[in-house]
Amino acid sequence: MSVGLLFDTTRCIGCGACSSACKEQNKLPGPVEEVTTAYTWTTVQPREGVNVRKLCMHCAVPTCVSVCPVGALQKTPEGPVVYDGEKCMGCRYCIMACPFDVPKYQWDRPVPVVGKCILCAGRVKEGKPTACAEACPVEATIFGKREDLIWEARTRIRKEPDKYLNHVYGLSEAGGTSVLMVSGVPFEKLGLKADLPNEPPAMKTWQVLSNIPDFVGVWAVFLYGVHWITARREDVAKVENHGNGRSSKEDRS
Amino acid sequence: MNTPLALEQRRFRPGFWTAVFGILFVAFCGVTFLRFSKGLGAVTHLSDQFPWGLWIGFDLLCGVGLAAGAFTLTAIVHLFNLKRFEPIVRPTILTGFLGYAFVILALLFDLGQPWRIWHAIIYWNPHSVMFEVAWCVMLYTTVLAVEFSPVVFERFGWHAPARFIHGLITPLVILGVILSTLHQSSLGSLYLIVPTKLHPLWYSPMLPLHFFISAIGAGIGMVILESHLSRRAFHRHLEMDLLEPLARGMVVALGIYGLLRLEAIHRNGSFASILAFGYEGRMFLLEFTIGVILPVALMSFRRLRTHPDWLVGSAFLAVLGFVANRLNVSITGMERAAGVRYIPSAMEIIVSLGLVAIGMAVFAFAVRTFHIFPEGAVQPAPRPPGRS
Repeated sequence: MSVGLLFDTTRCIGCGACSSACKEQNKLPGPVEEVTTAYTWTTVQPREGVNVRKLCMHCAVPTCVSVCPVGALQKTPEGPVVYDGEKCMGCRYCIMACPFDVPKYQWDRPVPVVGKCILCAGRVKEGKPTACAEACPVEATIFGKREDLIWEARTRIRKEPDKYLNHVYGLSEAGGTSVLMVSGVPFEKLGLKADLPNEPPAMKTWQVLSNIPDFVGVWAVFLYGVHWITARREDVAKVENHGNGRSSKEDRS
Repeated sequence: MNTPLALEQRRFRPGFWTAVFGILFVAFCGVTFLRFSKGLGAVTHLSDQFPWGLWIGFDLLCGVGLAAGAFTLTAIVHLFNLKRFEPIVRPTILTGFLGYAFVILALLFDLGQPWRIWHAIIYWNPHSVMFEVAWCVMLYTTVLAVEFSPVVFERFGWHAPARFIHGLITPLVILGVILSTLHQSSLGSLYLIVPTKLHPLWYSPMLPLHFFISAIGAGIGMVILESHLSRRAFHRHLEMDLLEPLARGMVVALGIYGLLRLEAIHRNGSFASILAFGYEGRMFLLEFTIGVILPVALMSFRRLRTHPDWLVGSAFLAVLGFVANRLNVSITGMERAAGVRYIPSAMEIIVSLGLVAIGMAVFAFAVRTFHIFPEGAVQPAPRPPGRS
């Protein structure tokens, strides 16, 4: 059963308890920073008169998982997208490709790894909510099954259509995410990407990559065919020259 | 080995360029030390907003692309059987191999944890273009090394292994062409995943094809350019009878590429952003003029194609335009979405220049030591037996 978070900008008071709880839970060094970094996996920023959280959206078909050459990033059945720093070689393709600009790098370390929210995968596996949801004093961030959260989000929008935009962010963005958001302020004004396609970006590369085995076979046969024809032509030309172009067949026998 | 003799014959004149290379080398060593002791942030202008910079845009994308002459020429000679091009195959394979070695060295700087570069061999993710890139780099570097190995064997008089490799040349060349096709196109595929980030002047579902065809054009340009450079350095003649038809091939490749690019821009409805003459539009015009329009226009005239200066000049433009294109895809086209300007740091440039200089030095050493040019090694060496 896939779980996730629902964040409601109309409820958030911007206290930052989620960021602090995240630091503590994941043993991240240093104070909570203004923007997300490899050491601050979630932030709360005031924008347009409301507060908005920034954290990994935990896509259903994550771009980072698809681009990682060594499979250091994985989508777990419970929902979290987790990261294995022991496999990562530091190509940073995940940072470059993420449609939500989530993964961050330890630029200041000689042995760096990627840092990003992992939806408290360990706690979630034990059946506990994420540290941020547990720490939130006003239930602006709530934890639950994704289906229930979608139901909850739609109920809130239906009950108070003047307060909310009729849009659950994360329902279909980049193919859908485990983290959902509702708001009264348009999401692009909150620094969230509004131009994302509903098709996961990973499909764009898979359309090309899945054709490689066929392509290799056809290309190999074609190239060998070209060689075969040109080599044969040379053989024939040699023989014909030898026999003054007339009795070539007899010459070869 | 008579390397001391080779060194003696170099007529080494310490001068301006020696000093430049000396300073560059010292700086290169310093930056290398900083890079590995302090991390990427200490030497580069890379950031979470701009994680891929000069080392990917120039070293990786251009290093691989400009090595494309090797597979193009081996295919022409061994598959299309146009044997008259054989005399320039060896320097091209050498350049290809050095290009790939350059890429691997650059990756050792760029990867966060380069000592784990072998992880791609054991941890597989066939959904990742980077995984495909990693395997293509490994396999094609091996193929190039094997293709070049007879030259080394001959130098030491080991004729049996050289003959063995010659016997395998057709499957080797086919393997090399397949790997190159995959690799050149996969560098374009790397950017398929960022439809909302890469500027529509460069983004296209056809990016893999754009990268492949432009690499053939620029690869041929490199073959011409490199013939010219080695002629100057080693007082050889320019093989005009071979380079003129190659220039025609370059016109065809760049012409097809140019049309594909225009078609892709038309599809994205982005001609307006060229006419707006903004940052991206100007960079596109620069890239397209020097990399496509000028070389195609100039080399369409037989009189200019047969003139060494115009030929070499146009090849240089094609290569320059190719580099501009790769930098535009990897840097210019990504800046707007990143919300930051990326200008490589001096230390990033020093590493790239240093690696290019090392590559050129190894090339110079190789042509003096081995039988690479038709005239033989640049020093008197025992003439190796006939090559098939």
